[in-house]
Amino acid sequence: MVKYGVVVFPGSNCDRDCFWAAHDMMGQKAEFIWHESKSIDKYDVIIIPGGFSYGDYLRAGAIARFARVMDNIHTFAGKRNKLVFGICNGFQILLESQLLPGAMLTNKTLKFICKYTNLQVENNSTPFTSECSREQILRIPIAHQEGNYYCDEKTLNSLVKNDQVVFRYCDEKGNIDDSTNPNGSLYNIAGICNKRRNVLGMMPHPERAMTERLGSTDGAFIFRSITEYVKKSL
Amino acid sequence: MAKVKIFVTLKDDVLDPQGKTVKFALDKMGYRDIDTVRIGKYIEIETRGSGGKELKKEIDEICDKLLANPNIEKYTFSIE
Repeated sequence: MVKYGVVVFPGSNCDRDCFWAAHDMMGQKAEFIWHESKSIDKYDVIIIPGGFSYGDYLRAGAIARFARVMDNIHTFAGKRNKLVFGICNGFQILLESQLLPGAMLTNKTLKFICKYTNLQVENNSTPFTSECSREQILRIPIAHQEGNYYCDEKTLNSLVKNDQVVFRYCDEKGNIDDSTNPNGSLYNIAGICNKRRNVLGMMPHPERAMTERLGSTDGAFIFRSITEYVKKSL
Repeated sequence: MAKVKIFVTLKDDVLDPQGKTVKFALDKMGYRDIDTVRIGKYIEIETRGSGGKELKKEIDEICDKLLANPNIEKYTFSIE
């Protein structure tokens, strides 16, 4: 069975949803990891969930970056067949930790946006998207105020060149332009991975799109991809 | 004892939607001469460390590591 570890910071609030997605919906093993934990090597996948770690004080993710568990996640991410998955605030923490390049700015509308979005899968050869087809459109909700991804031109060019842009905001037909960009994110970026493809950050919440009752089952594509990838590597 | 006053602001080429909105409000209020508004953070630190070069180095370190995100922000500070 795949072992998921879900990190819990003071202020995390999507930790239980992530646990439920991995444990109840995927039928895998899942445990919570307190932010002071040292031993995380037994897990295959570490999820850094959404929420407001440390009240989002200073900048979203800026304080969480210095939690003890983050040092261990840096080491964990350097190992073979280990996956790190940051969702929403988790993505912000991965950026602040420099496990992924760039930073988040306040949404261009200045508002907290909570709604369903359409995402185009730009790269389906990552452990997180292998069960998707290329350019598949996933319907997954966002809920954030700082999701306006920004990086300098050089970084963006390198992200595009290395196929590290995994998800982009689009409409239901797959059109990508300013009108399909909910938060002002550069290049309509909704999710990126590292060069090794084992660290992914995304603003939308796949754990909130796991059953029809929640409005979409598309989040399951991502959790299924992760689960299948790890099973093959075990 | 020294007091450090730190200003963290978005880099010039980074769009500041908050500043833009305030500028828009000022326009509507009739302040026509204002060209730009940029919003940042002000942080005050009181330290028992002595001033001088060493403190300056420490504050630079604190800003680079925590108070500012070098991807999007810059900072200035003064020591009193």
